[in-house]
Amino acid sequence: MKAVCWHGKHDVRVENVPDPKIINPHDAILRVTSTAICGSDVHLYDGVIPSMEEGDILGHEFMGEVVETGPEVRRLKKGDRVVVPFCISCGKCYYCEHQLWALCDNTNPDAVLNAKMNGFSGGGLFGYSHLYGGYAGGQAEYVRVPFADVGPMKLPDEITDEQALFLSDIFPTGYMAAENCNIHPRQIVAVWGCGPVGQFAIRSALLLGAEKVIAIDNVPERMRMAESCGALAICSDDDVQDLLKQLTGGRGPDACIDAVGMEAHGSAYDQIKQTIKLETDRPHVLRQAILACRKGGTLSLPGVYGGFLDKIPLGAAFAKGLTIRMGQTHVHRYMTHLLRLVQEGQIDPTFVITNRMALADAEDAYEMFAERRDGCIKVVLKPQEQPVPPEANRMREEVGEPEEEMLEPAAPRSKRLRR
Amino acid sequence: MPTPASRVKKLKPAVPSGSAKKIIRACTIKKSPEELFAFWRDVENLPRFSRHIVSIIRKSDTESHWRVRGPANSELEWDSFIINEHPNELIAWESKPDAEVRNAGTIRFTPAPGNQGTAVTVQLDYVPPAGRIGSAVAKLTGEEPELQLEDDLMRFKALMETGEVPTTIGQPTGEGKAKRRTK
Repeated sequence: MKAVCWHGKHDVRVENVPDPKIINPHDAILRVTSTAICGSDVHLYDGVIPSMEEGDILGHEFMGEVVETGPEVRRLKKGDRVVVPFCISCGKCYYCEHQLWALCDNTNPDAVLNAKMNGFSGGGLFGYSHLYGGYAGGQAEYVRVPFADVGPMKLPDEITDEQALFLSDIFPTGYMAAENCNIHPRQIVAVWGCGPVGQFAIRSALLLGAEKVIAIDNVPERMRMAESCGALAICSDDDVQDLLKQLTGGRGPDACIDAVGMEAHGSAYDQIKQTIKLETDRPHVLRQAILACRKGGTLSLPGVYGGFLDKIPLGAAFAKGLTIRMGQTHVHRYMTHLLRLVQEGQIDPTFVITNRMALADAEDAYEMFAERRDGCIKVVLKPQEQPVPPEANRMREEVGEPEEEMLEPAAPRSKRLRR
Repeated sequence: MPTPASRVKKLKPAVPSGSAKKIIRACTIKKSPEELFAFWRDVENLPRFSRHIVSIIRKSDTESHWRVRGPANSELEWDSFIINEHPNELIAWESKPDAEVRNAGTIRFTPAPGNQGTAVTVQLDYVPPAGRIGSAVAKLTGEEPELQLEDDLMRFKALMETGEVPTTIGQPTGEGKAKRRTK
């Protein structure tokens, strides 16, 4: 089968690899029908996540059709159409029983390595380094899904692939980020980063009743997308601290969401220290969010942090009595609820898609997404489709086909978000 | 005529205290002490989860022969016998004095607070093969007993709680220059 393999910094390749097979009794094999590139895949692409190995198959946002099940799989059967959470959970341990699915005790074969670094290990993740088990990911034609009765959610026929795909990660991640803010009506939420997770965090904050959401980014099309659902976008190149005070009557936002994470731009200090490996992360946004947040406010971190951070103003967080909430998303906890929101038309997750490509074009897709080129915000890869030959692409450009519609598909629907 | 107490030759300890290392590792498993004790008491079960034990052959109710992965692709063997047991609470064992790695240990099963199952605590005393050099080699090759024990306990827990041990051995990967690890 074809799969997207990691080979080092800025080097992913679509390769022919053996098909996956059932290894453990609770496994299932999916034929992947849609998969996406996540912002956190860019951290892998940029080589800032440790313990990647050459040849690792990437991808943790995927869905597809069950083609084979292990002897102990009871709930799923051949032919079922499912979307799969990016975190692998056993469903039996203390953490799974307490809905802390991403912290599962029993799914990371390399837990001992991870625990050496973090004290204790989280569960296994698809396609996200050997500290998280080194599981082959879903940017492939087929994928092995362990504990298939626990994670995958069956989908009703009327829900399209593109409506369901983001239940695997970015929609629950944005939603949990907003939920972690403990939003009360009339509150103001600031969201750093208008990438896909930021977009879902913004919409989720509005769904959960925030009075106003202020979105911070410096990429015009991303700011526009944030505004299309009723957020107010400000530019991260301006004096964010000052603007936030102005926009909140001098109080500061009640809650701040850092949907950027370890590779924030805008600080030469961090850029240099990360390059020469004196620092693992670039926590520029985190610093800004701590300082901007109102007294007694909440800081929510869906953006991925990987290691050791410099010059975090913990004193400010303490002085202002902030609550800080973070962590990998407990995807399983949110999937049913969020699917219902999609079915009820309260949100249409397809608004975020800007590019649809064949899996064979993944190398270009990564480059385009990482460089935010050509208005790229979210790429969906179709493993079962053939790449569009270059000529056809040119023809499409001449005809001036969907390009524009693809960029802002959801404007009318997302207005529904405004209460 | 019984030997007077003063004349009883003191038994040599299985693990002489001077050169021994001691490790204690613990984990909590959502199963009853009875289930965990029963699984562990049948020592031939242990290779089902451990990636460090090559095989264990039962020789009698209390005696068994162990083959274990050692540093630098070596294999170590010894005979071990159970010296003490309290059903559902504790098993203690000792290697025979001619063991390649002289060792002694206990595993304890204690009910954990709340509904969390059973706290399993293993204490292992052993004489590192080839002394301190062997210890260093073990560290280099990743066959450090501390990590091995931790890994084994994690896998024991996974097998008992879920019925399988997490693994990626046998999954597809792309072409890599890096040496593939086995798990």
